[in-house]
Amino acid sequence: MASYFQPQSLTEALALRAKSALTVLAGGTDIFPARATGEAWGHRQTHDILDISQLAELRGITRQNNMWRIGALATWSNIADAELPALFDSLKLAARDVGGRQIQNRGTLAGNICNASPAADGVPCLAAMEAQVEIQGQAGTRCIPILEFISGYRSTVLAQDELVTAILIPERPDATISHFLKLGARRYLVISIAMVAGVIVPGNGDSVEQAFISVGACSEKAVRLTALEDRLKGQPITGDLSRLVEDSQFADLNPIGDIRASGEYRNAAAIKLVSDMLRQISGPLLQQVAS
Amino acid sequence: MNEQPSKITVAFSLNGKRVETSAHPFDTLASLLRNDLGLTGTKVGCDAGDCGACTILLDGGQVCSCLVAAAQANGANIETVEQKNNPVLEKLRDAFLAHGAAQCGICTPGMLMAATDLLTRNKNPDRTEIADALGGVLCRCTGYEPIIDAVAALAGGNGNLASECPDTGHAVGARVERTDGRAKVSGTEKFGDDVAPDNSFWLRAIRSPYPSARFEISDIDAFLKTNPGIKTVLTAADIPGGNGYGIFPNLRHQPVFAEAHVRHRGEPVCALVGARDAIEFADVASLITWREDTPVIGIDGGTDPSAPALHEEWPDNVLIRGYVEKGRIGDSDADIAATAEGRFETGFVEHAYIEPEAGFAVPEGNGRVAVTASTQAPYMDRDEVAYVLGVDADAVRIIPSACGGGFGGKLDVLVQPMLAVAALKLNHPIRTVLSRIESMAASTKRHPSKIWAKASADKNGRLINYESDGQFDTGAYASWGPTVAGRVPVHATGPYLVPNILNRSAAVLTNANPSGAFRGFGVPQAAIANETLMDDLAEQLSMDRLEIRHLNAIRAGDKTATGQVLTHSAGLDQCLDALRENWQTMLKDAETFNKSDGRIRRGVGIGCMWYGCGNTSLSNPSIMRLTIDPEGTITLYNGAVDIGQGSYTIMRQICADALGVPVSQIEQVTGDTDLTPDAGKTSASRQTFVSGKAAQLAGEDLRAKILAMSNAGKNAEISIEAGAIRVIDGNVRRVIELDSLDQNENGNVFEGFGTFDPPTSPLDKKGQGIPYATYGFAAQICLADVHLDFGTVKLQRIVAAHDVGRTINPTLVEGQIKGGIAQGIGMALMEEFIPGRTENLHDYLIPTFGDVPQIDIKLIEDPEHHGPFGAKGIGEPALVPTPPAIFGAIRHATGIVVRRAPALPHRIWQALQETPGS
Repeated sequence: MASYFQPQSLTEALALRAKSALTVLAGGTDIFPARATGEAWGHRQTHDILDISQLAELRGITRQNNMWRIGALATWSNIADAELPALFDSLKLAARDVGGRQIQNRGTLAGNICNASPAADGVPCLAAMEAQVEIQGQAGTRCIPILEFISGYRSTVLAQDELVTAILIPERPDATISHFLKLGARRYLVISIAMVAGVIVPGNGDSVEQAFISVGACSEKAVRLTALEDRLKGQPITGDLSRLVEDSQFADLNPIGDIRASGEYRNAAAIKLVSDMLRQISGPLLQQVAS
Repeated sequence: MNEQPSKITVAFSLNGKRVETSAHPFDTLASLLRNDLGLTGTKVGCDAGDCGACTILLDGGQVCSCLVAAAQANGANIETVEQKNNPVLEKLRDAFLAHGAAQCGICTPGMLMAATDLLTRNKNPDRTEIADALGGVLCRCTGYEPIIDAVAALAGGNGNLASECPDTGHAVGARVERTDGRAKVSGTEKFGDDVAPDNSFWLRAIRSPYPSARFEISDIDAFLKTNPGIKTVLTAADIPGGNGYGIFPNLRHQPVFAEAHVRHRGEPVCALVGARDAIEFADVASLITWREDTPVIGIDGGTDPSAPALHEEWPDNVLIRGYVEKGRIGDSDADIAATAEGRFETGFVEHAYIEPEAGFAVPEGNGRVAVTASTQAPYMDRDEVAYVLGVDADAVRIIPSACGGGFGGKLDVLVQPMLAVAALKLNHPIRTVLSRIESMAASTKRHPSKIWAKASADKNGRLINYESDGQFDTGAYASWGPTVAGRVPVHATGPYLVPNILNRSAAVLTNANPSGAFRGFGVPQAAIANETLMDDLAEQLSMDRLEIRHLNAIRAGDKTATGQVLTHSAGLDQCLDALRENWQTMLKDAETFNKSDGRIRRGVGIGCMWYGCGNTSLSNPSIMRLTIDPEGTITLYNGAVDIGQGSYTIMRQICADALGVPVSQIEQVTGDTDLTPDAGKTSASRQTFVSGKAAQLAGEDLRAKILAMSNAGKNAEISIEAGAIRVIDGNVRRVIELDSLDQNENGNVFEGFGTFDPPTSPLDKKGQGIPYATYGFAAQICLADVHLDFGTVKLQRIVAAHDVGRTINPTLVEGQIKGGIAQGIGMALMEEFIPGRTENLHDYLIPTFGDVPQIDIKLIEDPEHHGPFGAKGIGEPALVPTPPAIFGAIRHATGIVVRRAPALPHRIWQALQETPGS
């Protein structure tokens, strides 16, 4: 007989996790569809479930020690509705475009990264924020950069006896801006063909001090465009940053062709999306987006 | 064998009342509400969060109840569509009815709850905010605009929400409220999975995961021993009659359960019957041994000379060919000034009705069985089930449940025969519901096509020749393949007068899903080729695209491709006249827009169509019966199944005016093959035209009988009240006391009958004859933006002009047009079913809120004298012109000629890369 655990505390949850292999359930937006797919062909596997939805420790979005802490149970709607600095604009845009409002009300950002789909909308945003994933087990807590947490196609470094407890995002200066663009074949309820996220940290005199640009759905996991980031450093933010985009900066992408698009298209779209994103958050349009 | 975790107790507030129940913790909340608590107002469309039909409010926010574990409902506040006394929800119900926001009604509970969530948070949302909030719910019927209108009407707290209550004699043409509308907005409407007896056993078909395979079923007795909740495993050996069904009595070759060999993925090989838990959780891996074969894929695969034959009867895999020849190609070639030619390709399109196939069967004793199911064709279902059972048709009763969308896909019997077989074998009620994935894997699709076509015109733009050859992938079994092969050559030339025509078609058997009926029977595919060539000719001759169509529009007095002379009701030229001003405005808009140097290009396109209403050259009669009982109750026995289009509403309107009473007085018994006479199937845009005419004749027959009894003239006024009919003819007033009249064997004092079979004639060897009694005509124009960087298309506006003969109910006609256009948008831009790959509603994309632009409708009424009060069909005509209009706009914007549907962003982008200068 399969088991369904609904612990009331993190300690209890970690003890259960240490004891046996359990499938972690929070918002259910990935687990139930996967179950329906198996069932349709007669392969119903009844996993033992660890329902973490009651763990109060994992709720909320807080600020501590120069870090923003997004609890593992924070939903897309929680993020979209929270009062957060412009650094989070990209994540908020992603949050408002994931599935429909129903999905946004249930699905969690932590679940999105644990599912580790190449098309996970949260990942490029988090990559551009240099987010860390806080992982707890009975042995203790570790923090791993988001792009190391995701180890490959639909896989993570999370061990069987661990839980993701939060996503940690380093604070940035108040003037930091961010943006997110997503490309899909219809308006709502759409899985991204490609998406891009960017964070620009201005320094003194309106020049770019740091830039973080990432692309999703064009590789096994989101990719940071470090060559472009380097190129942007020191550039005046009041100019059109998109003119600095060059095809060679996208060499690390490895997009596949599938039902949604060809690999060639994804690559070209990523370049245009990054250009559009930079155009929209720099130069004359800067104020409009930031406000 | 897998088992689910033991039950727990969950307690929550449900629509304001505390509920405590035991539940499987990992069951979905949707299932808990529906199956355990009996609240079937919440619908399940996908079990994956893709369609939003199961949307409820959890602690005030909208969620998909199919993604919430039962255990997670503990302590929550849950609100469903059944909720009473929520003023926001109550107003929304009225608004949905007034604006035609509920058609089939399967998405309506989800829409209502999402809208309740929005209006509770935001009392005055704009249209974008409405779309954002409702964007998680899919609707396949309405095109979304009526839903936005309904919610917008409440924004700010006001809005006229009253429906029309027309005076006697004015029901036809009025916006009468949907007869079944109140049930649809209250959550009380009963769809296929909402009504089975509580003690029913559940049935689950086991389907092939392979497109072509041989299989063996292992020791069933051993399987049953290890699965104690399962009562039986049904196989082909359990079929008492013929193990086959099909649309045509001579093509009943699609097995209820495959025997030794499967021909498409999703084909059933057996079915488990028993307790729900037992059949859902059984692991069938040990039950069946598969040996996969190399499948025959695609039209080219099927026609490859080395391809194995799917069925012995068709060694070349060509199921059937169609042929129409008029005049002679070559006879007028001296006048040719322009010639256009092209090859076109379209893919499988899934109906994506939000309600998967479902139903139940109950044994009625003496070998009789009643099957309730979501269907478009109860009388055909009865014959199919009787054949499988090996009994006479009168031993089978079919009761259509409310139908949560059909569009042609619920003309085939995916569940009815196996339910009946199981019910009789076990002498017990049996129910089943397909999962979304099963439904998509197993059900029919729109035929993929490869069409070659060539058209020529003289220097003035008048068409001279049209030739086409359309090949259609009809999948593993015949289904409606013969209908497509027959309809396409008749319609392929488009709604134009052409002296010389040679149209051919073929339906090719392959190891794909059976292709069946889908809104248009191949005509939408042919229209893409046809309309592209019209644009080519216009371009070559430097003519306006609308004007070349107007010049060639087939008119009354002209001869069709089959030599039929249209005598009346051919309103394409009027449709084009109605669009001309919009067309010119749109062209100017695009020209102005494109002067700027952006990466977005704007274009305008046009598509025209014609469509024969009813079966092609086949008898397809409808019968309607209208009765008055001694109390004065007027009852219409209406077998024209309402699948959302409104036949339960318009038949009452037609009858009311024919009889001369208010529409509110017409009661109705609907679609039960034991009770209602045969009104045929809901397909081929025939119900308004054919059954509507029968309803008119029934009303007139009843009126004539009343007038005859009272010796009154034909203009007399009739009023029917409790126990009496008053007839006023000038100064003469008569009263018929109903209890003084003899009652017939049915207890009625009056009965009127109407039968109508549209006059057609068979097509000869050259396809000449009268295939249809009448045709619908339409033209649509589209304004669209194409993004040159991404190949994405943003539709700005569509204007649709449709000749419907006569509008019976404007709200319903507009609903059909908007919904048809939305499906046309899907076919043009995003929908492509790939067996084994897009069997769900997140990989298979249909339009959402925000993908359908503003749609303006111009109704042209060129009356059809065969039809009821001049009306003809609209269901399929709505979709046909949309893809060509969109493709025309893409071409106008970019120069890219779309030859393959759907025009996915990456395909448009690829074409742009190959076009210099774009």
